[in-house]
Order: sequence, then structure tokens, then C-alpha cells
Amino acid sequence: MAHAHSVKRHTGLMDWLTTVDHKKIAILYLLAGGLFFGFGGVEALLIRLQLIKPMNDLVSAQTFNELITMHGTTMIFLGVMPVIFALMNAVIPLQIGARDVAFPFVNALGFWTFLFGGILLNLSWIMGGAPDAGWTAYTPLSTSTYSTTHGVDFYTVGLQIAGLGTLIGGINFLATIITMRAPGMSFMRMPMFTWTSFITSAMILFAFPAITVGLVLLSFDRILGANFFEVSNGGNPVLWQHIFWIFGHPEVYILILPAFGVISEVIPTFARKRLFGYSSMVFATILIAFLGFMVWAHHMFTTGLGPIANALFSIATMLIAVPTGIKIFNWLFTMWGGQIRFTSANLFAIGFVPTFVMGGVTGVMLASAPADYQFHDTYFVVAHFHYVIVGGLVFGLFAGLHYWWPKMFGRVLNETIGKWTFWFFAIGFHLTFFVQHFLGLMGMQRRIFTYLPNQDFDTLNLVSTVGAFLMAVGVLLFLFNCFMTAAKPKGVANDPWEDGRTLEWAIPSPPPEYNFKQIPLVRGLDAYWKEKMAGNKEMTPAEPLGSIHMPSPTILPFVMSVGIFIAGLGLMFSSEKFNNSFMSMIFNNWIVVIIGLVITFGSMLLRSLFDDHGWHIEPEELEEEGVKA
Amino acid sequence: MTSAHAESVNGSLPHEPEKATLEGRNKVLGFWLFLGGESVLFGTLFATFLALRNQTNDGPTAHELFSLPTTAAATLILLVSSLTSVFAVQAMHRHKAAALRLWLIITVILGLGFLGLEVYEFHEYVTAEKFGMTTSAFSSAFYTLVGFHGAHVAFGVCWIGILIGQLYKKGLTVVTAPKVYVSAMYWHFIDVVWVFIFSVVYLLGKVG
Repeated sequence: MAHAHSVKRHTGLMDWLTTVDHKKIAILYLLAGGLFFGFGGVEALLIRLQLIKPMNDLVSAQTFNELITMHGTTMIFLGVMPVIFALMNAVIPLQIGARDVAFPFVNALGFWTFLFGGILLNLSWIMGGAPDAGWTAYTPLSTSTYSTTHGVDFYTVGLQIAGLGTLIGGINFLATIITMRAPGMSFMRMPMFTWTSFITSAMILFAFPAITVGLVLLSFDRILGANFFEVSNGGNPVLWQHIFWIFGHPEVYILILPAFGVISEVIPTFARKRLFGYSSMVFATILIAFLGFMVWAHHMFTTGLGPIANALFSIATMLIAVPTGIKIFNWLFTMWGGQIRFTSANLFAIGFVPTFVMGGVTGVMLASAPADYQFHDTYFVVAHFHYVIVGGLVFGLFAGLHYWWPKMFGRVLNETIGKWTFWFFAIGFHLTFFVQHFLGLMGMQRRIFTYLPNQDFDTLNLVSTVGAFLMAVGVLLFLFNCFMTAAKPKGVANDPWEDGRTLEWAIPSPPPEYNFKQIPLVRGLDAYWKEKMAGNKEMTPAEPLGSIHMPSPTILPFVMSVGIFIAGLGLMFSSEKFNNSFMSMIFNNWIVVIIGLVITFGSMLLRSLFDDHGWHIEPEELEEEGVKA
Repeated sequence: MTSAHAESVNGSLPHEPEKATLEGRNKVLGFWLFLGGESVLFGTLFATFLALRNQTNDGPTAHELFSLPTTAAATLILLVSSLTSVFAVQAMHRHKAAALRLWLIITVILGLGFLGLEVYEFHEYVTAEKFGMTTSAFSSAFYTLVGFHGAHVAFGVCWIGILIGQLYKKGLTVVTAPKVYVSAMYWHFIDVVWVFIFSVVYLLGKVG
């Protein structure tokens, strides 16, 4: 038997910096993601304020470019991705009946690298100007010839670091879902959210390395004077577009699939019916992921790839409507004949369905290459992708947060405020973006910082800005709800919605750090519901009560990420001319980069040299806790 | 979960010690997944290289630069090092710790030999041929692709070197075995990547 290793238990801040517990990492992801979501939201409001009337001069053209670039980049990479990871961390190990993820250390590392990448990117605001070449950073606009500040360097290095965190997070969830499922939980018994997260993780694995390379090439062009995108020296700017979208298109499915999963959990729970067409749902998810890799050039119809490429990518894009349509009908048929409860979570889930359909319809319109020549770079495109990303993904995230909040924090969010949140956000959303379809069709280009009066743009832009502020009120109501709920005492039931179907509702809210005292035996799809229907109050255990092995907390993931952060800053300013000779010495001789890399690789070495034996929770302690509870 | 270090006593080590614990099995699976991501990384670099390989900007061309005998020697060295890492894993499965260490040491030496040849090659290009990172789109793509591979080899040499030290200190256990196994997987992977570099960069540059 194992030696009893005593392990240092940290409290307070150190507990959060050293945690490897997936439930705490979920909360860290949620806090950090929420913070960046706030930044992105303020940027969005400033954009809308600038466009509230023609010839407005609230911000300069340069600042406007920085705002749109940072709004897109922040929202996608630093806002919604971490909130998705928050839900995945909070829920997946519980849904598959596991005590933790496959790689707790890597899980923590993924969070800290994401956070430091995000901080680096946002430091650009106070360190000489934010990136200004659009979230797609198209070359040659983003090369050092046309973008002379360090803004795009912050973009390449910051995203590189944040992307590394996402990649290792994806690997962790793939391995977790493959190896850590409880006995009896076959792949075709996995809850839909686990399935979509599994597919999303696979997409992360195969999509993110492409942007890694793209960002490396752009950094090399900007920092080392390489010629990948320098036409005068033989480079090719269209190469960037290909690499970016080979990553970028799968990325939008990486974002939306987990939302599909959330909706597939929330709707059956509150319709008190099993999900209609579970297996078709699984295969639709896989098909969407597969097709998602085949359609990147539909972002490049106007680049001039020729009619054959455009036709093929056009057809492939339209094909995605088929599996997506399957999902929409499955959700509708799940609700059909169910006993629907309109909780806040379910309002967001039901609101998701028509909103996402509207985004899908404009998607098929855009997929038609000849029509896209008209739509391209207009507000029609802006309306389309906000319908799928905000109306789809963000609605899904709000549904998921309201739904799993009691499981994460042990307190139910206030339902009245939750419903106000929904109505403000939903009405504001449609006001903001519905009119943008027409602005686009009338010829208003995206990314322009102002427009002339009397083109019929004035009223619609005003409506759009008013809508944006209604959405902001919705978000503030949600924040108020979070704080108000946090002040209440803990103590909700295991299954606060009373109709929970999956394993996470079979254990306390919030779960103890080992999740399951005994790993449960899974006897079918919707494992917990099945036991309830059989008259059982809890899951049948698959193992006797025994000693539980836990990984030790460690500061190394945090230190490694600090090292990468320092190295990233050093790389960006390696050829900068400083007034201060000490600064020149340490930056221009790559000393800062070396220090950062020594910290990171040194931490890796420490991790390798000193084995983590973990620690054990003994059955007696489990019994005591049971008595206390 | 089985406690890892309790089974390290010689004699009770299972046939495949790398897969004896859940942690070990997770590590192997996770590493396969990581190599999937690495394949996309190198795939993108290869695509970039193929797109730009004729954009020489009046600088040296592939045909003028490359010397197949040197590259063939590097290829031979790296392929043999892959074989020796197979011998290392076989020795591990037979629980022969000394043979395992020896084969790993030979692997590292061969890896260093490969790196030496590559550094020499790059040095020649930069000094004698005036072929640097900034010369042309072809040069940028060449140094980035081949350099990424070289950096992987250098990382692998350091990694396996550290593992040899751990094997001396901790012996062959169910904790050290998965580390050796995934480092061997990594080594094979960068070997396969080199086979593609040899074909796509050097052979195609010389005769294509």
C-alpha cells in the first residue's frame, strides 16, 4: 500500500494559484473569461457609440481600428473560449463519473498560459497602441510595412501564448473523455454536452497548430525580417488568409458545438423528456466538425481563387446546413409534448433555437459565392456572425451558466433577475443586429469608422446602438445576480432542478473535491434519470469504499506561464530602440527571452525530476464528512 | 488508482511497465494526441514551404545550395537513432535497465551528431552562400521548416538526456517507464518528419 504522504494544503490566494482541482480551475476560467468579456463588451459599446450618428468624432479612425480588432480578438479568444472551458471543466468530469481530469497539472497549466496570453494582448492598450489590423490580421496590412506600432506583435505573441493554453486544454479533455469514463458509460451513453466537448477538443487539436504556425510566420516577418508575406521578396499574402482560415473556420465550430451541447442538456431537463434523436445528434456533431475543416475558403470568395474552388467551397458550406438542421429539429421534437418549465436557463435555450436558425439562414445566403460578392465586407456579414456567435453561443453560455450555477457554487441564481436578464439581452440583441442585415444590404461597409449622412444609414445605426446598450443592461443584471447570489448561504440540493438527468446531479452541490465517494455504475443513457425511474435515490456504486488518490497542488503551472509571458515580452521588444541603456542591453541581447525560457524550462525540469506522489483521502475521512453533511 | 512507486521493486515490474498505471496509460494516450497536433503543425509548415520554394528572389536556389551527400549522412544518422530508441524500449520491456540506458545514450549521441551536421550546414549557407533568413521567401520557409525540426531534435536530445539521468537515479519503475516510452514516440515522430523534409525539401529541391 502507498506511503502516507503528507501534503501541504494551501489556503486563500495560494490555494487558487496552486490548485489542480478541475472545479476550481473552472471558476478561474469563468472569472478570467468574464473579465475579458467585460473588456470586449466595453469595446463593443464604444464602437456602437462612435457609429450612433453620421460623421461622429467620439474616437479617431486609428482608435476605431484598434477597438474593432481588440473587440473581435478579445471576445473570441479571451472571452467566450474560457467561459466554454469553464463549463467543460466544471461539468465534464462530473458527467462521465470521474474524480478528476486525465492531466490535472496540464489543466492548470492551460488556464495560466491562457490568462497570461490574454494579459499580454491587453497590455497593448497601455504599451504603445493596440493591434489595428482587424481580428483576422490580414497581410500585408499587418506586416511591419503598414502596421508600425507593436500592436500586431502583441496580437501574435499574446495569441500564441493563449492558443498554447487552449491546445493543451483540448488534449486534456480528449484524454479525459477517452480514459476516465465510469464503468458502463460507453461512448453512446455519454451526455450530449460531453459529446460536443469531445468533438470540440478534437477540433482544437487539429485547428490550433495551424494558427500557431501562422502566428510564427507573421512574427518572423515582423521581428526577424523574414519574407513569408513580403511580396517584393517573393512572399505571398494570400498564404496568410489560407492559414488563418484553415484555423479560423474550424474555430467557429469549436465555439458553437459546446453551445449545442448545453442546449441539448437544458432542453430535455426542462421538457422532462429524453433528448429526441440522441444518436442522430451525435453523428450530426461529428459531421459538422468534419465539414468544418473543409470550408475555410468561403471566407476568401472575393480573393480570386477562381470559379471551381469557389463552387466547391460553396457547396461544402451549404452541406453544413443539413446536420445543423437535424439538430434544430431534434430540439424542437424534444420540446414537443414535453412538460416545459420556463426557467431562465430554459428561456435562453429556447431563445437560442430561432435566433440560431436566423444566423444559419444568412450563413447559407453567404455560402453562395456570387451573392457573397455583394455581401462581402458589409454589415450583412457582421449581422450574420453575431447571430451565430452571440445569438447562438452566448445564449448557450448564459443557458449553461444559469443551469450549472448551483452545481458550481451551491446556490441557485435568482430566477426573477434571470428572466429580466434574458429579456433585456434577447431584445437588445435583436435590436442591435437585426437592422445590421439591412444596413449591409444597403451598402454600409464593415470596419468603417464613420459614414456620411443621408444614405439611410442614420436611423438604423441609432437603433443598433440603443440595442447594444440594452444588451449591456442584460449583462449587468446577470453580474448583479451573481453578486447577490454569492451573498446568500450555500446549500442547495444535489438536484436543484429536480429533473436532472445526468451524473452531475447525483452528487452534492458543489461537489466535494473528490467528486464521487464511490465511482458510479452507469446503466444507460441519462444515467441518473434511469436510476430515478427505477425508484433508486442514488447511483449504484461500481466500487467499494476505499482510499482516494488525489494529485498535489503545485505552483509550477503558474510559474511556467509567467516564464512564457516574460519570454514573449522579450521577443517583442528584441529589436526596439530604448533610451535607457540598461533596457537596451537586456532586451536587444535577448537576455529577457532567455530569462523567461529558463524559468519555463526550469519548471518543466523540476516537474520531471520530482515525482508527484499525490495524497490520499482515507475511507474514515469520507465517512466523517458524510456524517457532517 | 494504484500507487505508482510501490511496484517499483525489481521482479514485480510488469511486462509493459509504461502501461501499468492509469497515469502511464493516460500519458501515452495524451502523447499520441499531442503528436496529432504536431502533425498539423508540420503539415502547415510543409504547405508553406511548398508554396514558397521557388520564390528565391534572385538569391541561391535549392539546386545550387543543397548537397545530397551531407543530407544523406544526416538522414542515415537520424534513422539509425530511431532504431536505437526501439532497442531501448525493447530493453525496457525485458527489464534490462543497463541496456536501456546504453541504447538511450547512443540515441542521444546520434541526435547530437545530426544536430552538429545541421548547424554546420546552416553555417555554411549563411557565411559562404549568403543565404540567410531575410534573403528570400524560399530562405525564410526553408529555415523555418528545417529549423523547427532541428529545434525539436534539440529538445528531444535534452529530454532523453534528462531521462537517462533519472534512470540512473530512480531506476526503471512504473513512473520512469512511461516517460521513456513517450520520449521514444517523440523521437520516432521527429524522425518521420525528417523523412518528409529529406524528400520534400532536399530531393525535390535537387531533382524536382
